[in-house]
Amino acid sequence: MKNLIILGAGTAGTMMANHLVKKLPKKDWKITIIDQYKTHYYQPGFLFLPFDIYTEKQVKKEGKKFIPSGVNYVQKQIELINPDANTIELEGDEILPYDILVVATGSKTAPEEIDGMSGPDWYKTIFDFYTYEGAKALRDKLRDWKGGKLVVHITEMPIKCPVAPLEFAFLADSYFRKKGMRDKVDITYITPLSGAFTKPKATKALHHLLEEKGIKEVVDFNIERVDYKNNKIVDYADVEVEYDLLVTVPTNMGDELIERSGLGDELNFIPTHKTTLQSKNHENIFVIGDATNLPTSKAGSVAHFEAEILEENILRYIEGKPLKEEFDGHANCFVETGNNKALLIDFNYDHEPVEGKFPFQGIGPMSLLKENRMNHWGKLAFRWIYWNMLLKGIPIPFVPSKMSLKGKNFE
Amino acid sequence: MKKLIANREIDVNEEGYLIDFKQWDREVCECIAGECNVVMTEKHWEVIEYLQDKHRKEEPLSIRGIKRSGVINIKEFYNLFPGGPLKKSTLIAGIPKPKSCI
Repeated sequence: MKNLIILGAGTAGTMMANHLVKKLPKKDWKITIIDQYKTHYYQPGFLFLPFDIYTEKQVKKEGKKFIPSGVNYVQKQIELINPDANTIELEGDEILPYDILVVATGSKTAPEEIDGMSGPDWYKTIFDFYTYEGAKALRDKLRDWKGGKLVVHITEMPIKCPVAPLEFAFLADSYFRKKGMRDKVDITYITPLSGAFTKPKATKALHHLLEEKGIKEVVDFNIERVDYKNNKIVDYADVEVEYDLLVTVPTNMGDELIERSGLGDELNFIPTHKTTLQSKNHENIFVIGDATNLPTSKAGSVAHFEAEILEENILRYIEGKPLKEEFDGHANCFVETGNNKALLIDFNYDHEPVEGKFPFQGIGPMSLLKENRMNHWGKLAFRWIYWNMLLKGIPIPFVPSKMSLKGKNFE
Repeated sequence: MKKLIANREIDVNEEGYLIDFKQWDREVCECIAGECNVVMTEKHWEVIEYLQDKHRKEEPLSIRGIKRSGVINIKEFYNLFPGGPLKKSTLIAGIPKPKSCI
């Protein structure tokens, strides 16, 4: 009997368990998935929780429900990966051997990386919305906030769902308008990049949104510290921005397990072959989702497209065949722009988001890089798709894992 | 588009970033640096080499990476390439500007 172990039962790990249980012969392979946490969160919902658009119940379920029978589910803390011995060490000195390892330990926020961020004002005037706790605390804060300077801030790249902070700024604009207090709120968007949009076509198509919504932009801002005593953030060039309410996206890092095991880069992400998803340093270790260091977005859609290719590559690896170099960095994301509208973007390693129709050329019904209501309903419908299709490894109709060039207006 | 750099036609994008790294050399580099009011020193070259190495390995560039590079600290980085150091240094190094997805 051989062992395949999946570390992490989040979006990517759960999908892989569902994919592999159907493909690996039960008499030869035992599949084990390990995750210490009981709750599976719908992370895209964290964007809506602060604005009372989603309730707490809509963003969490018991993880066990999504692990297929036939997969051994272990709820214990993982102490160490030992790639030389091909073993996993769990809490209580339990050792599990593996023949193939799939690492899906994701990424998480690390506010302690910046001086003053997670200090005494954390969840008082400084919030994140990338965690369940943060999004919920922020919701309670916003419910009776009287207004002032709202600063939406990205600490450093890469972050999970790179458009989420921008969506947050857009939704905040709508939220305060609806409450009749938009004139009391000053919204500033701060990024370490050279703009809220950095790709030429997206900048051209979307920059007007910031102006229309009266959202100020501070760019090239690399935060050094939060001066919480004086309510301001300070960057390395000594630029200071004052806030009354700071909504920040802290540094995103891979799990400490990766650091402990000596498998990661400076942010604990695992060096991974960008087309095959095999780890660069160990041929029987594969990496999926946010845990990789791939130059694509850290997003659920990416994990979904990766899962289809990784399933095939694991089967090929078992049969001793060469791996398929198929993964193209495909990502597909809805971007909320407020007022019940959204954009849709579809892109990969080589092609930036452009305008066009999706998924059917000339027909749609979704529009790429253009805000409309149809896209917004698509985003809301996605929660159902996530729980009922995506996690179960069911392909999304008409959206293949490799990006299609059809229906897109490349010049 | 084409731009005349060091008396050569070089392919660049709208913002002046090199499209084909093969066209980059020290002469081109010094010329771009000059346009950014940067005078190349030994330390500048060290940073440029570090950035190009990260780019070759397809590893994302970040201020944190600079901190852990062992080449330079962040304050020095700002002093060498004043005003948007990552943006300027990547331009001079002939590699793409760090980007988000849109």
